Amino acid sequence: MISSATSLPQPQHKPFTRMQSVGLVFVCTILGAAAQILMKNGVNQMTHFSLMQAVRNVPLLAGYCLYGINTLLLMLALRDGELSMLYPIIALTYVWVTMLSTYFFNEHISLAKIAGIMVIVGGVTVLGRATSKA
Amino acid sequence: MKTPVSSMMLVFVASLIGSFGAVFLKLGAEKLRYGFRHILSMQAAAGVALFLLSSVFFGWGIKNGELSVLYPMVSLGYVWTLLWSRIFFKEPVTKSKFAALGLILFGIVLIAGAG
Repeated sequence: MISSATSLPQPQHKPFTRMQSVGLVFVCTILGAAAQILMKNGVNQMTHFSLMQAVRNVPLLAGYCLYGINTLLLMLALRDGELSMLYPIIALTYVWVTMLSTYFFNEHISLAKIAGIMVIVGGVTVLGRATSKA
Repeated sequence: MKTPVSSMMLVFVASLIGSFGAVFLKLGAEKLRYGFRHILSMQAAAGVALFLLSSVFFGWGIKNGELSVLYPMVSLGYVWTLLWSRIFFKEPVTKSKFAALGLILFGIVLIAGAG
């Protein structure tokens, strides 16, 4: 049994370049936003909450799958990339979800919503920088 | 108000459960240093189970109300995670992390007011 960290083999993978990590995270934000839209569409179709209804709900299941794929890809992207650079990109998901919500569900965009999202994206950006330094 | 407070509360609960999922995943990830076969640990399983439970509350929450209001509230998870990182993993809370939390919370309040 391997018990000490020093006896571990060196990582085998070839690290992503900065551009590859950024590109992958960007793709993740779009997948993540699409997953949310699918899930919302799915739960809108449900009359009540039952497991039988949920497992037959195609948009809901598709949303879950996309969310799972998105999580795995995100872990891969975060492996080599710097958090300070990737966190603000991840926060773009909030922007996409809001834009897609107006398109698919006719939700209203107010100045307060736009301001709120900008403040949250700012907060996540600061958090990414703070976490990288620590 | 198009988004009921009950929906916001459900997303609130979902973010709380999800943040505990992250704590367990972190505990599970620490076992990985003993080899990749440790990917299937009780901690990792608990983390995934909590994420699934969190998604049930989230789905329940977004059924009524606007997604453009409820989805940004997921960012509350960052706040919980920082709190648990401090408590369970003794990670330092710096001034900039504190400022980041303030911004995220302020953003959530703005959007909740708009909802």
